[in-house]
Amino acid sequence: MKILVCIKQVPDMESKFKVDTAGTWYEKTDLAWRMNEYDEYAVEQAIQLKEQVKDADLTVLSVGGNQVKETMKKALAMGCDRGAHIEDDSSSDKEPFEIAGIIGEYAKDKSFDLIFTGMQSQDRGSAQVGILVAEQLDMSAVSTVVDFSYSDGTVNVKRELEGGVKACITAKTPLVVTCQLGLNTPRYPTLPNIMKAKKKELLSLPVEDLLKVEPRQETVKVYFPEKKGGGLVLEGDAAELADKLIQVLKEKTAVLA
Amino acid sequence: MKIVLVAEYRDGKLLGSYGELIDFADKMGGESVMFLVGNDTDLPKYDGVVYLADAENFGEYNPDAHKKLIVDLVGKEQADMVVFCHSSYGWDLAPRVAFALKAAQVSEIVEIADGLPVTPVCNAKLRRTVKVKTPQSVVTLQSGAFGLTEEPAGSPVIEKIEGNGEGRIEFTGYEEAESGGVDLSKAQIIVSAGRGVGKPENVEMIANLAKALGGEYGASRPVVDSEWVEHNRQVGTTGQTVSPKLYVACGISGAIQHLAGMKKSEFIVAVNTDRDAPIAEAADVFVVADLKEFVPLLTEKIQSL
Ligand SMILES: Cc1cc2nc3c(=O)[nH]c(=O)nc-3n(C[C@H](O)[C@H](O)[C@H](O)COP(=O)(O)OP(=O)(O)OC[C@H]3O[C@@H](n4cnc5c(N)ncnc54)[C@H](O)[C@@H]3O)c2cc1C
Repeated sequence: MKILVCIKQVPDMESKFKVDTAGTWYEKTDLAWRMNEYDEYAVEQAIQLKEQVKDADLTVLSVGGNQVKETMKKALAMGCDRGAHIEDDSSSDKEPFEIAGIIGEYAKDKSFDLIFTGMQSQDRGSAQVGILVAEQLDMSAVSTVVDFSYSDGTVNVKRELEGGVKACITAKTPLVVTCQLGLNTPRYPTLPNIMKAKKKELLSLPVEDLLKVEPRQETVKVYFPEKKGGGLVLEGDAAELADKLIQVLKEKTAVLA
Repeated sequence: MKIVLVAEYRDGKLLGSYGELIDFADKMGGESVMFLVGNDTDLPKYDGVVYLADAENFGEYNPDAHKKLIVDLVGKEQADMVVFCHSSYGWDLAPRVAFALKAAQVSEIVEIADGLPVTPVCNAKLRRTVKVKTPQSVVTLQSGAFGLTEEPAGSPVIEKIEGNGEGRIEFTGYEEAESGGVDLSKAQIIVSAGRGVGKPENVEMIANLAKALGGEYGASRPVVDSEWVEHNRQVGTTGQTVSPKLYVACGISGAIQHLAGMKKSEFIVAVNTDRDAPIAEAADVFVVADLKEFVPLLTEKIQSL
């Protein structure tokens, strides 16, 4: 069985963001980077599937500059077999259709049985790439998966709907699955596995060879939303803050009465 | 401009979110038609043509078949835009339709500014204005960003559409959310734990504050996904919707899916170390503090009132 998992490196969402000089994305310096949260579940599920079927080869793919290799190494240390790094310093300028186009072009003659992606990225949040890859490869796709099982070419998944209701789905491979939070418990790489991962293949491929599509949209500007009203902000010593908050609760609510 | 609005059915019932689609079409100043896979016993209140495909034949989740119906309809109507809710149905189907139409897709629109769609970036800390370069476009709307101020009114002209309901994916049924345990929707005071609590042992201090206030404790999704708190205490789009007199969000950033579940609370207090956390937008009081220090102190002081 051949499995592909696609991951993205994103900044920690608790970072202080600044708009870049072009005014079309965030400034990439001074940020802490990590694996997109949704993709951690995708990587874990791909590894669990590989462990289940045994005879499987699992590739982790990421599009981006050299620094994304750090995140790919984590996926290798978790248990992916090899890495395909699509080298692209301007991946953040590309729209989902282009990113999906690149991945599709990479995957088209490799007959993957299953492709896992996160359901969306934490920074751009378009929730498009996984499904667009499937469309491009003429594979079927199920999004927002919170439960996954595989047996003999058949996949049973549950999609999460609003209110926590789930839709039960049966599909056949080849299949693209986009993963939602809580699908599994992503493992932490162990030290021996981190060492082993250093010897795994991590090939860099130039994006020029794989980009065959034109962008269909562009970012006009990125900006901070206007702070609407907003409430009272309390800052300072914790004990004083507690007194102040109690004061406010007494004045504005009846909960302490 | 001609717009196709895609309404949704769940478990045999029309979802009320179709009003958000109508409001969006009004704001775009376009002429619209509505599409839905459903049944004729529960129809939208809408003054226009509703293209209705029977859910018996096409299924409530059958992306291959639904995609084809929409693409055919777009051709027939010569539509410029297809509009979905940014929901589990919409974000699943929209990219498929966009791909087939060779159209750009703009996801999770929060507003239209100077004629251009605006979407959130980085957990709503930033916003992005987008320009579409294709003649047609597909868009999804953030839940609650648009909406009619009055109940929708009108009576649709129904056009039934037939076709082949085959698809590669088989939908076998719904599984209800786990129920039982606490009913947060009845609580008057809720103190919720977010990922900022850091470790499972710290949930107790959140529960203690809730108890001191005479309320219940809740949680954001990562805390539930990590199994530190049971699912029936999760607040948000995929958990409970609550509207207590007081909601205290501890170590919760304020993602849209969490806000959707608690923003109707009468009074909201946020405790967070990040002054820029989006929860600030919803909070009446924003306490910039480390919850591990602040919450036990506050609990003690409340207990001794
Ligand atoms: C389809 C879908 C449905 C979803 N449904 C839900 C849902 O129903 N409910 C839900 O909650 N989420 C839901 N989510 C997830 C949501 O997008 C966010 O990922 C989630 O709400 C984040 O939870 P959080 O705020 O606890 O964690 P984070 O976003 O990680 O925020 C943690 C916060 O804690 C603060 N913090 C850290 N340490 C401290 C400290 N010591 N003291 C004080 N503050 C601290 C940080 O500054 C940060 O703001 C859904 C997502 C999707 C895609």
